[in-house]
Amino acid sequence: MYGQGLIKGLSVTFSRFFESYTEDIRWLFKRYSKVEFHSSKDTRGTFTIQYPEERLIIPEEFRYVPFLVYDEGENGEKNIRCTSCGICAKACPPQCIWIVRTSDPVTGRPLPQPAEFYIDADICMNCGFCAEYCPFDAIKMDHDFEIASYTRNLLNKERLMKPASYYAGIRPKNNAREEAARAEKAAAKAAKP
Amino acid sequence: MSTNELNLPDFNIPSELDGKVAITTLDRVYNFGRRSSIWPMMFGLACCAIEMIAAQAARYDMARFGMEVMRPSPRQSDVMIVAGTVTKKMVPAIVRLYNQMPEPKYVVAMGACASGGGPFKEGYNVVAGIDKFLPVDVYVPGCPPTPQALVAGMIKLQEKIDKQSISKVRWYQKGGDSVEVAVPFLGPDLIDPRRIPEIKAKAAELATPSAQNAPEK
Amino acid sequence: MESTHKSNMATPVLTETIDLAAKFPGRVTPDARPGYSGWMVAKEALVEVSTAIRDELGYDLLSNVTGVDYPEQSKLEVVYHVYKTTGGPALTFKTQTERVDPAEVPSLVSVWPGAELQEREAWDMFGIKFTGHPDLRRILMWEGFEGFPMRKDYKEPFHEEDNKPLKSRWPEGKHSYAEARNPYGDNIMFKPGFDPEKWTPTDPEEALYAALKKYKTEEKDGIKTDHIIVNMGPQHPSTHGVFRAVVVLDGETIVSLKPVMGYLHRNHEKIGERNTFLQNVPYTDRLDYFNSMYNAWPYALAVEKLMGLKVPERAEYIRVIMGELSRIQNHLILFGMLWNDLGAYFTPALYAFEERELILDIYEAVAGSRMMCNYQRFGGVVRDIDEANMKKIKDLVFERLPRKIEEFDRLLSENEIFVARMKGIGYLSPEDAVAYSVTGPTLRAAGIPYDIRRADPYGIYDRFEFDIPVRHNSDLLDRYLVRVDEIRQCLRILQQAVKQIPEGPFLAGKPQYQVRVPAGEVYGRVEAPKGELGFYVISTGKGNPYRYHIRTPSFINITSVEKMCVGTKIADFVTILGMVDIVLGELDR
Repeated sequence: MYGQGLIKGLSVTFSRFFESYTEDIRWLFKRYSKVEFHSSKDTRGTFTIQYPEERLIIPEEFRYVPFLVYDEGENGEKNIRCTSCGICAKACPPQCIWIVRTSDPVTGRPLPQPAEFYIDADICMNCGFCAEYCPFDAIKMDHDFEIASYTRNLLNKERLMKPASYYAGIRPKNNAREEAARAEKAAAKAAKP
Repeated sequence: MSTNELNLPDFNIPSELDGKVAITTLDRVYNFGRRSSIWPMMFGLACCAIEMIAAQAARYDMARFGMEVMRPSPRQSDVMIVAGTVTKKMVPAIVRLYNQMPEPKYVVAMGACASGGGPFKEGYNVVAGIDKFLPVDVYVPGCPPTPQALVAGMIKLQEKIDKQSISKVRWYQKGGDSVEVAVPFLGPDLIDPRRIPEIKAKAAELATPSAQNAPEK
Repeated sequence: MESTHKSNMATPVLTETIDLAAKFPGRVTPDARPGYSGWMVAKEALVEVSTAIRDELGYDLLSNVTGVDYPEQSKLEVVYHVYKTTGGPALTFKTQTERVDPAEVPSLVSVWPGAELQEREAWDMFGIKFTGHPDLRRILMWEGFEGFPMRKDYKEPFHEEDNKPLKSRWPEGKHSYAEARNPYGDNIMFKPGFDPEKWTPTDPEEALYAALKKYKTEEKDGIKTDHIIVNMGPQHPSTHGVFRAVVVLDGETIVSLKPVMGYLHRNHEKIGERNTFLQNVPYTDRLDYFNSMYNAWPYALAVEKLMGLKVPERAEYIRVIMGELSRIQNHLILFGMLWNDLGAYFTPALYAFEERELILDIYEAVAGSRMMCNYQRFGGVVRDIDEANMKKIKDLVFERLPRKIEEFDRLLSENEIFVARMKGIGYLSPEDAVAYSVTGPTLRAAGIPYDIRRADPYGIYDRFEFDIPVRHNSDLLDRYLVRVDEIRQCLRILQQAVKQIPEGPFLAGKPQYQVRVPAGEVYGRVEAPKGELGFYVISTGKGNPYRYHIRTPSFINITSVEKMCVGTKIADFVTILGMVDIVLGELDR
């Protein structure tokens, strides 16, 4: 019969239309997270996440623009982990990292600390190579994506620096693994005469 | 409708009138209307366009901000989301589309490429940022920005609109009511008509023997 | 699906040795350069030899044509890769010409019409003039652009150094904008003494319109009719990006059509030759931005072949799982967008995006980004799939996706309007499909069971049980149905893969950002969701590829669009184009 296919197709849209209401009713008295449900295999009904009130669960590996990790010292000083070895600048595919190495004012020898550090966020392709190949866990990929602005984004060292506690907060598993590796290394070093 | 968005923060409305009366200014009403119905142009260039479509799709649903009507025609749109790499070959078309948009019009540079060239900046056919030609209102970094980041950028645009005053906006001022940008054209390379004298002077300077003998850079 | 003819093409056992040099003494010699393979054909004999390769040896599918510049030897080289549609490895042949202007090589369009756009690209990028080409114009750049950008001595305006990493970034990496280094303060470059006021504009479109079939006024049934030219794009909602087609119409019927591209030409190859080998991986994500999981695979294959790396078992499985998920979401989006083009505005597209979002969630959790996954490395993948994500994949593969595919099938496949718009439209004969180098679902809908996963297996595809869906009407409906079947086969592969995946390492060796790649040339190719995706890489043993060419399915499949469209209505052009499944990042690179 002509029109059978049409009706068959419309039955799908109709059932989905109907579902969006039944789902709403089902959710009326439920407390647990709707976002989680809508990211699972069972999701049905209204699929919308009410951003900015609701947010998607950001997975740990999610990457946005990079940032520099610093350890907080006892007196509140910021000990930047970066040693300005330049591996991130070399690995960076679009070459958006600029590093000026600090040199000792007396001897002129390079010190393991960046004097200046720039990331041009308007070139950065969020590939994560800098974080992947950094041997000092000093540069990491951020989770904060709400950085839209009215001007171009050239990020300097001050803007890039974020505390290690922040990093541990957004990437707990990675941080734990790296902490363990560092502790092991330190132990091996201490064991050596 | 909640009147919270319209109320001025300094005035206390008696509780019995809450939700019925709003004390506000003309600017605020005007801007409230405009910010809640920004129609983007259906205009995608590259990878970011897919995230823009995703932002329009069910999960992020920009319709919640009054931005659901993607208009393929510039004549009916309020905001141009430049989503993707701007190439020299494409930029004349983009500028023409912008010129065809009626005021008030806004430009959102979505992603690294539209903001400043992005990973392809070094390429010979890439324009290093659409702001070389159009006045950009909001830059959304990321490669590509996730749909949520784009929505955050659009909220930023709404904030910008909120701050505009009806008495000062350029489309109510004397003179032409619309900003026309000179359309670049394709010669041996991309030529911006606004910069012709500059290009001419520089090319002449480079042609002098001293410049030719000088070591490069 | 009673009309499906599944072909269980066996993996061909080959290597018959072909001695072209003996066949064409004096005109063909083996390519003896270290690391290179194939045959060097004298350019005078090129047409003769390639006709023999096609007709006598049976290599009917021209896969890849590209130029290579050797300024030291003062030579320009053209490389051809040809395949048999019955399967097997490539036959590579090359021809060289002096590096003078104009550098001439005979065109092979008469032998393989699929060479048309690829030869135009080689002309545009290298300035190799193909004599006998019917329509040799610039393709990615505009007519009037100065220089041939892929030549080694071409330096772009923002050129800093020939190879990355750039020295200005570290240790004295004072930030400066590239604009500040350019005399014109922008990404532009002119000859010294150039005067824009005295410059007479040449119409970049002139040659394009000349290439179209001439329109003329004629008498028809007593009415005077005119052909009209319609420009679709570059800003048009149904060209799926910044693609442009110039169409000559007689009433509503298409008389002639020329694709115009380059509006998203992002200089992938030029940048790729400056990058180190690893730095190209995230760039490949931006080729076909729907399938970034699949894009880096052929590149990784190519480089791994040069390096002699063995990929660990688990990584092979991960690549298959991620790749096939990508194929599913690609086809789903295609269906959704196709309906948009047909006028069913957004409902199927929204349904498709829902499934896509769930797949992208997995990508985001495993690779870190929804679209630009940057997941492949030489010798494996960057990160393992952990338990939680594996469970998510299993949920999708065993429960949700099979159900949803059937729902899609119910929603679309039998809809009378849909069938009426698709049946018998956009016919392409199997002979033409092969001649025009069409690959992917379009070729399989023409009855040719050519799928690289079977024809020239890579990775571990030879371990899975799956069919190559084939249909025979070669119209839009069949192209759609082939894709529906293909999704079902994807699910079959996925279900086997997630069951079989072993524990173990996911990356061979240690992660390193500078890899040693021995000198040589290599061509790696895979069956990407849109067709054959190939990477031609030449290494000289340094940190950067000497030549980095991408053979993309969108670009080459578009060659046949004119053939499919002429004689149909303008409204069908949109559907035909949608079914070729182009994506502009890949089309223009």
